Parts: sequence; structure tokens; C-alpha cells
Amino acid sequence: MDLYEYQGRDVFEKHGLPVLAGGVAETPEEARAIAERLGGRVVVKAQVKVGGRGKAGGVKLAADATEAYDRANDILGMDIKGHTVHKVMLAETADIVEEYYFSYLLDRANRTFLCIASVAGGMEIETVAEEQPEKVAKVAIDANRGVDEALAREIVTAGHFPAEVADQVVDIAIKLWQTFRAEDATLVEVNPLAKISSGKVLCLDAKVTLDENAGFRHADHEALEDKAAVDPLEQAAKAKDLNYVKLDGEVGIIGNGAGLVMSTLDVVAYAGEQFGGVKPANFLDIGGGASAEVMANGLEIVLSDPAVKSVFVNVFGGITACDAVANGIVQALAMLESRGETVTKPLVVRLDGNNAEAGRAILDSANNPLVQRVDTMDGAAKRAAELAAAGK
Amino acid sequence: MAIWLTKDSKVIVQGMTGSEGSKHTRRMLAAGTQIVGGVNPRKAGTSVDFDGTAVPVFGSVADAMKETGADVTVIFVPPAFTKDAVVEAIDAGIGLAVVITEGVPVHDTAAFWAHAVETGNKTRIIGPNCPGVASPGASNAGIIPADIAGSGRIGLVSKSGTLTYQLMYELRDIGFSTAVGIGGDPIIGTTHIDALAAFQDDPETEAIVMIGEIGGDAEERAAEFIKAHVTKPVVGYIAGFTAPPGKTMGHAGAIISGSSGTADAKKAALEAAGVKVGKTPSETARLMREVMSGR
Repeated sequence: MDLYEYQGRDVFEKHGLPVLAGGVAETPEEARAIAERLGGRVVVKAQVKVGGRGKAGGVKLAADATEAYDRANDILGMDIKGHTVHKVMLAETADIVEEYYFSYLLDRANRTFLCIASVAGGMEIETVAEEQPEKVAKVAIDANRGVDEALAREIVTAGHFPAEVADQVVDIAIKLWQTFRAEDATLVEVNPLAKISSGKVLCLDAKVTLDENAGFRHADHEALEDKAAVDPLEQAAKAKDLNYVKLDGEVGIIGNGAGLVMSTLDVVAYAGEQFGGVKPANFLDIGGGASAEVMANGLEIVLSDPAVKSVFVNVFGGITACDAVANGIVQALAMLESRGETVTKPLVVRLDGNNAEAGRAILDSANNPLVQRVDTMDGAAKRAAELAAAGK
Repeated sequence: MAIWLTKDSKVIVQGMTGSEGSKHTRRMLAAGTQIVGGVNPRKAGTSVDFDGTAVPVFGSVADAMKETGADVTVIFVPPAFTKDAVVEAIDAGIGLAVVITEGVPVHDTAAFWAHAVETGNKTRIIGPNCPGVASPGASNAGIIPADIAGSGRIGLVSKSGTLTYQLMYELRDIGFSTAVGIGGDPIIGTTHIDALAAFQDDPETEAIVMIGEIGGDAEERAAEFIKAHVTKPVVGYIAGFTAPPGKTMGHAGAIISGSSGTADAKKAALEAAGVKVGKTPSETARLMREVMSGR
């Protein structure tokens, strides 16, 4: 889960990192009140989970509270790379002398964590790494040893930080590691980490990604989720413990296993090329179990998407036998009807693997006019795409 | 023969008394796996009956190994306890630990991996969040259904469970030496490269299927390895060609971030290493069939 900057700032503050005073506003009035509290002169920053907001006009200075109202008014509702701005963060201004970069992140290739530090901050670190690789220090962090003072000094030396800020950066390096660790983050990034005219080093931005798998030991993380920004179908699916991602096509997809569902999306997209470019409408993995109830919940979510014109249920019976899945589909359709829903969209079902014959027989004897059985993944994808195109 | 898991492997199950653990212990036994014990400190000294086979429960991995000569552990404990279970297995010095548990925090995986490295990598770790290892006809450590395919000459390594099953099913007439599901988490113990190296050295594996998915650069690194070290034919498949950037597709590791991790980049890297890459599972199976028909 990616946090907004203001949430990241709060997390940093909680762990004792030096940040500027700030607040978050959803209306210009709130922005004005916060600016007054902060002493008038503030920077107003769009809160979006995408880079490049500065260039898009999403970061503005305001000399006083009235101007803060106006700038917030400009920025709220703005579209930045497809993300609508619903919140602005207001922060004290700082007189920046130098900009640095500092982050901890997951290093998948080396199966550990990595620190990236540079004296060239304020721009994208990828650009710095390409143009001035000598200015980017990468230091592997042992997950069990972490970052102590000695390692923090090594990082500061490797990153060529100026001597007059070294002690401050060492302190920040240690505290940022503690934040990364304590919060179960997969990324904490400060860009810029800035030296201001007083000589103090401050974290002027905060990019934090939290590991959702660690949610069981962080009761406070759930509140950080921006439920309003999540697609309503994704929200409904999450409430039912379904692994669903909304996409922008017309063929609803239900399958078991993340890899098989991803593969199903591809096969449907290829098949759709022959039918006016219809595409998958969603990713939905109902997992290994696939009981009638899970199938009913999944179908309910997928069918409630108005963009969906046909549904492709693609199941490989591994642990779950296909006869159980077939019964699940039949019962799910009955269950939806008993919930008062009229199902009118065609379903293409492909069952293979464990007890596939028995499963197919169950679908055949149920004889539901909406359910079509196709026994290969490619053939079923084609049929589903064809039906979606016809239903458009 | 097979890699890592043979008919002589003696397997214990950490979390055998839990619901998933007991369900799959029964299945592994039915597949012919030598299950020699379970581990649960609170139930040490008891035994669990699986359709007439009494499997003893030990207080620790070390005890189980001492009493039974176990060399493989399959771990089904819940995510909050997985790190401790794996560290215990490493400290006991077991040869292979298969971590089935889904939803392990990545800091925990990084911690047990670092512990494995620090103690000299004596334990091969597979997973977490993986379906395990199956050597058809010989032994089964994990949740891969045993009856999809019989033993044969293809080796398979995959990030995805159901795609493993799908490809095994499509190629069931040829059969498999070993199928290894390495899991879709951002940090995993055994990688594509480890499995490719083992299949290259396994005299009974003639060709290799490698299944990847979007996210990270493991497939690109595997491609480099294939170019340099693998002489057996490799057929590849990558899931997620049409996945949009920034959306996690089921597996925690399956996400395209920025320009990295796309299926197209992975396919290109594999093809540059001489790997034939299928666009769909069925095309991948067909490519493998072509490879095997000449043998």
C-alpha cells in the first residue's frame, strides 16, 4: 500500500525524523485555517500517488493564508496523470540550500534490503543514476543486522555527503531504517532530503510503501487506506476477501490462482483482437477453495460491473475438483437469483483437470441457457470475447 | 531421478496438526511420500492417524530429524509464525525447507533468508507462498496435485501454482522429472536459476519448462544464466502481457513498476538466450512437444 505524502510525513514524525510542520486539507477553507496555524507562508502540495506533480502545477507557494486558500482552490480537483486531487498538504516553507536523496527499499534480486543515497537530490533518482552514476551510493543492508551508526557512517561516506551535514544524515539514516523496519515498509524515500539556510537537514518529502502482508501486526495501518480513492467494485471485493482488480474491458474474468488468471487476461485480450478489440474487464482470483459461496460472491462482483458483457470462468481443478466447482457455479447462479438479482449476461465456463468430466456433466445437466461450456482455455476465451463483442 | 526430492526423501510437516497441514499431509501420503513426522511443541509425543497411517508428532524439527532421519520439511504454519518455523528448520540443519504459507511479511522472509545465508546456506528454502515440489511417482512435498502427470523427462520451474498444474496437464503424456513451484513473492528462497542449474545437472531431465510472470527481473537474470550455462532446451512462458502498470496481480511480486517487470521485456530477454517463448499456455505446451518429438 502506497501512502500519501502527508501520511508519510506523519509516519516520519512519529519515528522522530526531522520534518516541517504541516497539515492536510480537503477544502480551500481548511487550507486557509491550516496556513493560519502554520504562520501564513506555506507550500501547497497536491496529494496524489504519482510522480511529476510539480511539473503538472500541483505544488505552489502561498505568501499568506488568503493565498493558500486560492492555491488550494486551484489544485483541488486538478487532474494529474489521471489522478484527481482530493487533498492538499500544507507545510511550512523552507529556505533550501542543498537537496539530497535517501531511501531504503526491497532488493528482490539480492533477497535483502538496499539503501540508495545521493547528494544529487530533488530530481528523479533514476535520472541521476543514469547521468551521474558516481553520485549514487547503493549499500546492501543485512535484514537481521539493520543500520547501526557504523553502517550509517559508511552510507554517508559512500554518498559523498558534505562533512557539515554528516552527523545529521547519520542520525536520519538510523531513524529512517527504524521507520522502515518498525512499520514493515517496502520503501521509504526522502527526496529531497534538504539542507536549509540554518544548516539543518530536513525530510521535505515522504514516500512510503507498506507491506499489506504485515497488516496483522499493524492495527493502525488499515486507517491509512484511502477507501474513497479505491474503485467501488474493488472495495466490495475486498470486503468479501476476494482478490479483484478492475480493468477497462468488457469480458469479466473469474479463475483460480493468480498466475492462471493473469494468463487468462492475456488469452482473452489476444482473442479479443479478432472481435473489435474487446478486453478483460477485471482480474479475479477466487483461490484454491472455490466453494459455491465464493463463486457466488465473485460472480456477483463481476456481474455488477456495467461494463461487463460476458463472463469467462476459467478453472483448473487442482486441489479443488471440477465437479465441486461446477456445483459451485450452478448454486451460485441460483443464489444470485434468490438474492433478487437477474442474471442476463452469458457465462463461458472452461473446466479442466481434476474430475473435469464430472464437472462438465453437472453443467450440462443443469442446462442453464446462460452457461456455455467450452473445454479449452483458448476456445473458451474466443467464445467469451465473441459474446462480449455481440453484447456491446 | 529427479531434483531435490526423491522416493528416498524423508519428509516432516511443520503445522501438520492444523487444517491445511493435515489436509495436505493426507494427500502427500496418498501420493507415496514418506511422511515420517509432524512438528508441534504442544502435541509432542502424540501421533496423528491418516487413513490408517500413524504419523508421530515431535516437539521440534531437531527432535524429528534425530528420531526419523528426516531431510525435508514442508511448512504450513500461519504467516505470523512462519519466520520462526523456517529459522528453526535452518538451525536444525535440514536439507530442504518448502514454505507453503501465503501472506508472509517480506521483512520476515528477508530475515530468514539472511539467517540462512549467515549460517552457510545449508538448507535449501523453496517459497514462501509456493505450491512446493513434486517428483511424480516418487515423492510430493507441498500442494501440487499428484495425479496431474506421471514421471517423465521434462523439468518444470514456475512462480505460479495453477500455471504449473495447467502445463503439467497439457504435457501429461510426456511426464515430468520434477516440478518446482518457487512462488510469487518479492523475496523467495530458491529461484528460477537454482532450478535451471539443478535440471541441467539432472541426467533424467531432457528439457525444461520455465514459467514466469510480471514483476522484478528474475526472468531476465534467468535468461542470462541460460545463455551461459544451460545446454538443454528451455521453453518459456510469461503471464501478464496485458497487465497494466501499477496494479498488483494477485501475487505480491506481480506488479509492473515504471518500465521494469513487463512481460515483453522478459520474453525478449529469454528469446535472446535461445529460449522459445509461448504466448499462451497451450502454445507453450506445443513448443515443448516440438522439442520433445525430436528426442
